Amino acid sequence: MKLWKTSFILLFLVILISAVPLIIFENAAFSGADGQAENVITEISPAYQPWTSSFFKPASPEIESFLFSLQAAIGAGILGFGFGRLSDKKKEGEKNDSN
Amino acid sequence: MKKEKRLICLSIVISMILAIPFFRVNAMHIMEGFLPPVWCVSWGALCIPFVVSGFFSIKRKVTGSSKRLLLLAMCGAFAFVLSALKLPSVTGSSSHPTGIGLGAILFGPAAMSVIGVIVLLFQAILLAHGGITTLGANVFSMAIVGPFAAFGTYYLLKKLKVNNAVCVFFAAFFGDMLTYIVTSGQLALAFPDAGGGVMTSFVKFLGVFAVTQLPLAISEGFLTVIVFESIRKYSSRELEVLKAL
Repeated sequence: MKLWKTSFILLFLVILISAVPLIIFENAAFSGADGQAENVITEISPAYQPWTSSFFKPASPEIESFLFSLQAAIGAGILGFGFGRLSDKKKEGEKNDSN
Repeated sequence: MKKEKRLICLSIVISMILAIPFFRVNAMHIMEGFLPPVWCVSWGALCIPFVVSGFFSIKRKVTGSSKRLLLLAMCGAFAFVLSALKLPSVTGSSSHPTGIGLGAILFGPAAMSVIGVIVLLFQAILLAHGGITTLGANVFSMAIVGPFAAFGTYYLLKKLKVNNAVCVFFAAFFGDMLTYIVTSGQLALAFPDAGGGVMTSFVKFLGVFAVTQLPLAISEGFLTVIVFESIRKYSSRELEVLKAL
């Protein structure tokens, strides 16, 4: 199978996997698993107090999601640049081979 | 070469001295402040030798080839993207994949420990996700156990002559799952259940992390296959040099 076809199918599956919970559990909050772990900790040892907290916290959920998307964007940018370079270098390599 | 061995040995010694006194078990990343200080120190200490040897591993694998350096940057970028994706899961909560499987397959687990530190530091400092004090524990799960699990799975399945894409899928899948299983274990060791001890709280934390992670690990597997196969199409020669094919 062509690479782009397999990629397309797999990508579709990834979207499906993340969409299904959203449809099945309409009323769930989809809070972070780390926050739920906090609840388990307080359940196991109710006396535990976090002994330190982050010295910088994003001012609002909007800013936090901005920072997360920034992270994804940086990564995606580098990845895209990388693929561009790779395909370019491959062409160069083929040219040199044929010469 | 000699200097490298000496540095790695030294880091192992320091790691042991710092970590061992704390391992008296009475029997998505860990949040800032939610791991007692002794555990922060001992997990952090355990990571030192891996990260130190990771630096040398990267240096060895990347020198002399700008293309391999590019591939390493892409592996880091892939981890960056995936660990920023908070996806909904079947438990009604959300978590994010790790993205370390790809780099572990291409550059080996030690190299990925360095990349993992960078990703975790970024999230801890800028996003208040994870934490500086819990960095050691999170590095141990995501940047050491995860990559080793991915690397091990990949080579085991390759030995069994399994189709390459399938190897990549399971490597990424187990790398992701093991990361969160270890996280559960770390929290269980630090917070043993009053009645049932470490095992009971391990099961409780697994209920939060592992179940949520299951569909995400499958997604991570698919995404890793897409990127790996694309890289293979354009630079199979580099992958052979890195002994990843």
